[in-house]
Amino acid sequence: MRRDVFQAIADPTRRAILSLLALQAMTPNALADHFDSSRQAISKHIRILTECQLITQQQTGREIYYYFNSKKLKEVDKWLEQFRAMWDTRFTQLDTLLKTIKNKKS
Amino acid sequence: MLTKETIYSKDASNKKLKVEREFDAPIEQVWKAWTQPELLDQWWAPKPWKANTKSMDFREGGRWFYYMEGPDGTRHYCKVDYKTIVPNQSFSGFDGFCDEHGETNTELPGMGWKCVFTAVDATTRVEVEVTFASEEDLNKIVEMGFKEGFAAAHANLDELLAKK
Repeated sequence: MRRDVFQAIADPTRRAILSLLALQAMTPNALADHFDSSRQAISKHIRILTECQLITQQQTGREIYYYFNSKKLKEVDKWLEQFRAMWDTRFTQLDTLLKTIKNKKS
Repeated sequence: MLTKETIYSKDASNKKLKVEREFDAPIEQVWKAWTQPELLDQWWAPKPWKANTKSMDFREGGRWFYYMEGPDGTRHYCKVDYKTIVPNQSFSGFDGFCDEHGETNTELPGMGWKCVFTAVDATTRVEVEVTFASEEDLNKIVEMGFKEGFAAAHANLDELLAKK
């Protein structure tokens, strides 16, 4: 199943993981300590986040550290930008139309 | 003409998008622009797309059936099934993709719509809330948007998201 950024950030636990990793890189165990959920549940979230490249892993000695990949999160902004651009255009058109109606009446 | 600021927000669950905007006209006029087909056709599709109403039955349980036509002649058919209507105040409905006969396209998710109109002195504030049935649906719409690429931002996307 293909993962995407939107799916990843749709979940509150995953958003919390991202917030933590945005502050500092962490090992899976250190991450799991922040949550009441089982380690298994947390590693599943980590896997999803990794699959959609929101976080990356790096081996340091015997430990694996997870890093937040902020570049990927920008996709969300881009999408919202498209949505915004469309509505801006549409509303400007409505402004013009309303003005035309007004002028016709006066 | 001074362009008014549009406020966009998204709820945390990623299932809702909200758009707020004020228009420099009395509420009755703004209401008409959002609910009468001959007016909707003039602004609903972001240029260079054009909206064309096939049929409009603006009442609770009624339907607006229209298509958006692109500069290359591509047509995307859409329909809005109106659920609630309070004249000059609000309307809500369900928006879906369909074929040229109005048959729902089940492969593409639809979305719920709610538009609330409020008079603010001589102007009118409109709040639009778009609700997706699930995050999955939102994702699907989003993925489609991405596939079409940014060059076609005003093309596919209006059809995908934008259509009312």
